[in-house]
Amino acid sequence: MRHVAKLMAVSAFAGLMTTTAVFAQTPKDTVVMAKQIDDIITLDPAEAFEFSGVEVGANVYDKLIGVDLANGNKLIGELAESWTVSPDQLTYTFKLRPNVKFHSGNALTAADVVYSIQRAVTLNKSPGFILTQFGLNKDTVLEKVKAPDANTVVITVSQPFAPTFFLNCLTSGVAAVVDSKLVKANEKDGDWGNAWLKLNSAGSGAYKVRSYRPNEQYALDANESWYKGAPKAKRIIVRHVAEPASQRLLLEKGDVDMARNLSKDQLASVKDNKDVEIVQGDKGYILYLGLNQKNPNLAKPEVREALKWLVDYAAIEKNIVEGTYKAHESFLPNGFLGAIGDKPYKFDLAKGKELLAKAGLANGFTVTMDTRSVNPITDIAQAIQSTWGQAGVKLELIPGDGKQTLTKYRARTHDIYIGQWGPDYLDPHTNAETFAINENNGEDAKSKTLAWRNAWDIPEMTKKTQANVLESDAAKRAAVYGDIQREHQKVSPFVIMFQQVEVTAERKNIKGWVIGPSSDTNFYWTISKG
Amino acid sequence: MAITIFGLLLVTFLIARVMPIDPVLAVVGDRAPADVYEKARLDLGLDKPLWTQFAIYIAKVFTGDLGTSVLTAQKVTDDIKTVFPATLELATLGTLIGAVFGVPFGIFAATHQGRWPDQVARIVGLLGYSIPVFWLGLMGLLLFYAKLGWVAGPGRLSIAYQDFVDPITGIVMLDAALQGEWDAVRDAFSHLILPASVLGILSIAYISRMTRSFLINELQQQYVIAARVKGVPEWRVVWGHALRNAVVPLVTVIALSYMHLLEGSVLTETIFAWPGLGRYITNSLLNADMNAVLGGTLVVGAVFIAVNLFSDIIGRLADPRAR
Repeated sequence: MRHVAKLMAVSAFAGLMTTTAVFAQTPKDTVVMAKQIDDIITLDPAEAFEFSGVEVGANVYDKLIGVDLANGNKLIGELAESWTVSPDQLTYTFKLRPNVKFHSGNALTAADVVYSIQRAVTLNKSPGFILTQFGLNKDTVLEKVKAPDANTVVITVSQPFAPTFFLNCLTSGVAAVVDSKLVKANEKDGDWGNAWLKLNSAGSGAYKVRSYRPNEQYALDANESWYKGAPKAKRIIVRHVAEPASQRLLLEKGDVDMARNLSKDQLASVKDNKDVEIVQGDKGYILYLGLNQKNPNLAKPEVREALKWLVDYAAIEKNIVEGTYKAHESFLPNGFLGAIGDKPYKFDLAKGKELLAKAGLANGFTVTMDTRSVNPITDIAQAIQSTWGQAGVKLELIPGDGKQTLTKYRARTHDIYIGQWGPDYLDPHTNAETFAINENNGEDAKSKTLAWRNAWDIPEMTKKTQANVLESDAAKRAAVYGDIQREHQKVSPFVIMFQQVEVTAERKNIKGWVIGPSSDTNFYWTISKG
Repeated sequence: MAITIFGLLLVTFLIARVMPIDPVLAVVGDRAPADVYEKARLDLGLDKPLWTQFAIYIAKVFTGDLGTSVLTAQKVTDDIKTVFPATLELATLGTLIGAVFGVPFGIFAATHQGRWPDQVARIVGLLGYSIPVFWLGLMGLLLFYAKLGWVAGPGRLSIAYQDFVDPITGIVMLDAALQGEWDAVRDAFSHLILPASVLGILSIAYISRMTRSFLINELQQQYVIAARVKGVPEWRVVWGHALRNAVVPLVTVIALSYMHLLEGSVLTETIFAWPGLGRYITNSLLNADMNAVLGGTLVVGAVFIAVNLFSDIIGRLADPRAR
């Protein structure tokens, strides 16, 4: 026993002493990121709908249409060299770029485009509705999406939708073009290759998936023969690092080149580091409160307005979310068609009290808020609790995990929900639909939008918002969205407070990283390492 | 044994099912239309009564099929093959550190009962119990990784070595050694030592306190007095006679501490970006990913039984009466 213990102690010490850390700076042509990637449940573009999974797809697959980030998110052709819209706005004809090849070496043809759309519509996973809302479904898709020749794709939609709406939807991940030959070769029990594509890639994009280990990391290799030219960084490695403080340490030591999830505190401390730079980009995510109209107090219009006056937007921005969120009070995020910058509300205690008195609640009332136990949500909720308290509104916070609060919200059993909403695709209809359409306020509703979740019955606004999706004149369409948002700000049970700003801290030798408005537009191919 | 595991699975299953979390959300996300949601619900078998769901699961377990994890889209058995070795190497080194330092520490405290070495041991033990592990982990990283540069940072292996080590056992150090990649072995050890030490400090606290009390108990026995009267040197009384008799309960204590670490330390794994069992189970639980939670629980149960058995055997070998 004695000798064994001695031996063990000696060997442990010897081990410790020889641990001169092997300093492995990141390789020269490889860019390494630390990021929270445990939200990925699949890499299949027809299924991926989480931030990180969609971001992988954006770099691995090409789509017919893309957006020009440098030019106000203008629509540009990618795999489609050009397109035309029929005068009745029902038929779209796309001419494909010639000589594009998949990573496998297979040529990309119109048949692949048809197959990809048919696949996404038939699988009809989470993002499937982005395509099926145009009247495509598994029975009719081959009649509505056709390839008259190898370079032409013709798509027929069910209603004369605004062309911007349809084309914007084609920029999302679900419309990515997959290598039909490769996918078919990996099909199992008629699953359209879904099981295989969850972990592998079959694209033509800037990068291909080299390896992916869930909850651990993914590695991408550059596609040297990409049609836009070889990407600058030969390899991208993204490691899952859950803890922002650990991300910061890795970045400052140079063990990673980019840290993607630093919080406000960490950002403040890396600002002084000469080797680190900060890149920001407006994200489409909106931070808001949803006031359930089933609660009789919250259903009073004066109370809804009062609560909007009682949030101290400026103090929260400065003290809690500086650099990661900015003030924004309307449902369309900056950068979207029809977005407005109006901020009618600021903290005004007197006005809030006056409105509460008008509602017959001069002494306030008690209400609960389901709060995810993560920052900054908890801190923001506490700040709101404090200012509402000054007006007599007693706010009880119910802490919970994300999925737990969400389950309650979806069942409409909350009083107030604090959370984020991100657009599903790059068209204003995505947010307009969820914030301003509620077709049926009953429990049996088919479409359970955010307006529905807060039991907000709005037949008029629903009609107006639905009609706008058929407006072919983009300028007119934008103006109507402006009107709807201003009305929405006045009467809605949504206290819209902030828009997210995505922040990356990166080593000084990293150049060219641009944060797009959605995960669909976070492209790695522009990143270079000096 | 089978009953223990069955009970464990049943309780876990029920806890996960009564949690107010909708398992379908993890599959289709928050935005899915009603028909997609319904299809996923049926695919998961959630329309069937609770007991039927459980029976189906148990029947599958007997065929060795633990199902597929929703979150990772992989077979749960494959997931466990990667996360368990990660926890295993961490827990093993952590317990080793705990035993190597904790036992002598405890002995020293027992033989100097009431004097300053005992007080020091008491304070160290108290700190080990009361310092939050995430704080210890972050401070350790800040000091030994960021400031001093003695060890490597979060993660199991530096990027440069990532593709050199093929998984054989899943234990990176061992795999690298088997493949003769000695630089990778050192790199892996450099990543491992800090989180293992953080866990080690917790077990030092526990093991040293227990060693102290076992030994004090033994030192009051009559055979110790007899040995001293016979003129046996004090070091032999302590190490040869008293400790020998304290070995059996001590092995149980070390085994318990090992078992505790093998369940996976969620906080340590999070801070050190260590893809281990604790994080896997917790993450799955918060997403109501049933197969993964139950699969992980099964592993924890099996480990519990195995370590128990092992400590029993050691105890028998160490105790002449039991031979």
